[in-house]
Amino acid sequence: MEALTLLLHGFAVLLTWKTLALMLVGLLLGIFVGVLPGLGGPNGVAILLPLTFTMDPTSAIVMLSCIYWGALFGGAITSILFNIPGEAWSVATTFDGYPMAQQGKAAEALTAAFTSSFIGSLVAVLLITFLAPRIASFALRFGPPEFFAVYLLTFCSFVGLGREDKHKTVISMALGLLLAAIGMDTVSGQLRMTFGFDPLLRGVNFLVAVIGLFGISEILLTMEERLALRGHAASISLRVVLKVWREMPRYWVTLLRSSAIGCWLGITPGGAIAASFMGYNLAKRFAKDPSTFGKGRIEGVFAPETAAHASGTAALLPMLALGIPGSGTAAILLGGLMVWGLNPGPLLFVEHKDFVWGLIASMYLGNVVGLVIVLSTVPIFAAILRIPFAAVAPMIIVSCAIGAYAIQNAMFDVWLMLLFGVVGYVFKKIGIPLAPFTLALVLGNRAEDAFRLSMIGAGGDMRVFWSNGLVGSISTLAFVLLFWPLIGRLFDLAGRRMRPVKT
Amino acid sequence: MTPSEIQIVVDDPSAPAPDSPAVTSTRTAEMVVYVLLLALALLLGFDNWRSGMGWAKDGPQSGYLPFYLCVILAGAALYGLVTTILQRPEVPKVFVTRDQLRRVLQVFVPTLLFVFFMQWLGLYVASFLLVAGFMRLIGRIAWWKALLTSFLFALIMFLTFEVAFDVLMPKGPIEAIFGF
Repeated sequence: MEALTLLLHGFAVLLTWKTLALMLVGLLLGIFVGVLPGLGGPNGVAILLPLTFTMDPTSAIVMLSCIYWGALFGGAITSILFNIPGEAWSVATTFDGYPMAQQGKAAEALTAAFTSSFIGSLVAVLLITFLAPRIASFALRFGPPEFFAVYLLTFCSFVGLGREDKHKTVISMALGLLLAAIGMDTVSGQLRMTFGFDPLLRGVNFLVAVIGLFGISEILLTMEERLALRGHAASISLRVVLKVWREMPRYWVTLLRSSAIGCWLGITPGGAIAASFMGYNLAKRFAKDPSTFGKGRIEGVFAPETAAHASGTAALLPMLALGIPGSGTAAILLGGLMVWGLNPGPLLFVEHKDFVWGLIASMYLGNVVGLVIVLSTVPIFAAILRIPFAAVAPMIIVSCAIGAYAIQNAMFDVWLMLLFGVVGYVFKKIGIPLAPFTLALVLGNRAEDAFRLSMIGAGGDMRVFWSNGLVGSISTLAFVLLFWPLIGRLFDLAGRRMRPVKT
Repeated sequence: MTPSEIQIVVDDPSAPAPDSPAVTSTRTAEMVVYVLLLALALLLGFDNWRSGMGWAKDGPQSGYLPFYLCVILAGAALYGLVTTILQRPEVPKVFVTRDQLRRVLQVFVPTLLFVFFMQWLGLYVASFLLVAGFMRLIGRIAWWKALLTSFLFALIMFLTFEVAFDVLMPKGPIEAIFGF
């Protein structure tokens, strides 16, 4: 059990007053960000990232990941008390959570939501603890062709499996890859697409784009909405918590099913949103009395919350093991790794043991502490919503500007952030997904380097991507996933042809 | 079980009216975006063609991958443009209503001014002005509350970034008076 020893080592790294304090600050900031309308996990992490620039990587990642856990917890508060999903993945939580609050069972619903989030995360963290090191040590054998094949697989699965219009996903991804290529070409040293404009020499910074796309555009979108809200206040007593926990084992099938769905969709680019809906729908389908769902059933809170958190946490697995983020937030954390001077990928497990195991240990500890904090501080955080948006919005804008400027100390980046804010606003309104863009922008250079290194190694022969069983099967899988909608249709067609013959 | 009362109420007096007339439809917006993307793809594609999009002995030249990405981008944008033109929805989807646009501009224009003035006044003074102005003029919050909040906010930001975390921001004449 090497993993356990290393995990204990991780806890040892973590247990200093400074790290614990940062963890607490991160969790509180995260819950705050999660509760505020128009801000969520990715935005919160992106905006608060500059705070961590001067920290050592371990403290930085612990604080950032705690912001993320906090935001995940915070999203549930507004869904249940105000019927406003703070995040897209909390939408399914409102179906049964808000009716419960209306019936005066807000405390139960909140306890259920927090506890099931905790369980979902815990399952995913266990998976990370035991699976990630194995994948990473396997991936140590990867050369450039294998890595390029894995990147290709990631990109293709986004296009093939995404729910949006295919051409919109392709646009988003191609744009991200193109912007990543702006600036100095790392292989030949040639300048690309700079048009003699000096600030573009450094390229388009990933974090600047993210702050604009998720922070500024989200403010613009929120302003469009009617910001009035009415909701229930709630405080959670220990009695209610214990009551819900006693009932909980009865729903173990739901919890287990949702955790499994979440882990799977988190690792593949399905995402927390899909996971929460799938968890909810499956719980409803397997229930004896599906008609009671949507009317305040506690199982309807357990199912989506477990799945969403399992997925949000599991998205960090491919990021740690392969350097490929499984979600938008994971992509931002990956961007953070690069700022702190770490090279994401399987070597992290070898070269930066403290960092990796500190992070994994902080996932355990952060979730436990987070659960205790949210259970005890719900009334305070619910009251945050009383702060008028007119006061919150400009402060968020200022934080975004600080973040964008701090990355490279460049005024140009602040203008770029504004531009990305407008782009994000328009893209969201016409249905061009932003996740593929983010992923492409953060992985673009690495993917291109891998491609060109394998080309140099193979003397410009494309067959290198099918040169052995491993790389061949990954490349083939990538193309299968890319054309999955077509292949699926062919199967349908074939199935329909076959049926009349059989009967 | 008695239904619990609504206990937290926040109103939004300047909310956009639901029946506000549309400024433009999603269809039009989509077409504009596709045309812009197409133009961008052509521009970047040209630059990559110029810097070499061919295949050297040891693999692709530096413009090779970006050039084909431009081709993919142009293709997808063209496909989107054509399908959007061909599909005419019976009820056009509203991209933005006049009220919504007004509210969005209420945030965007101050933000633009904030970034503009940040270059001379420094970030902290500009953010003080932004927060105070926004709270007073758009949120209609009392002057003293707006001024106090924004002053405290700017001060806390200054102490956090400049003093505690050593993240340096653009500073202007006022910080200079205090020797920063």
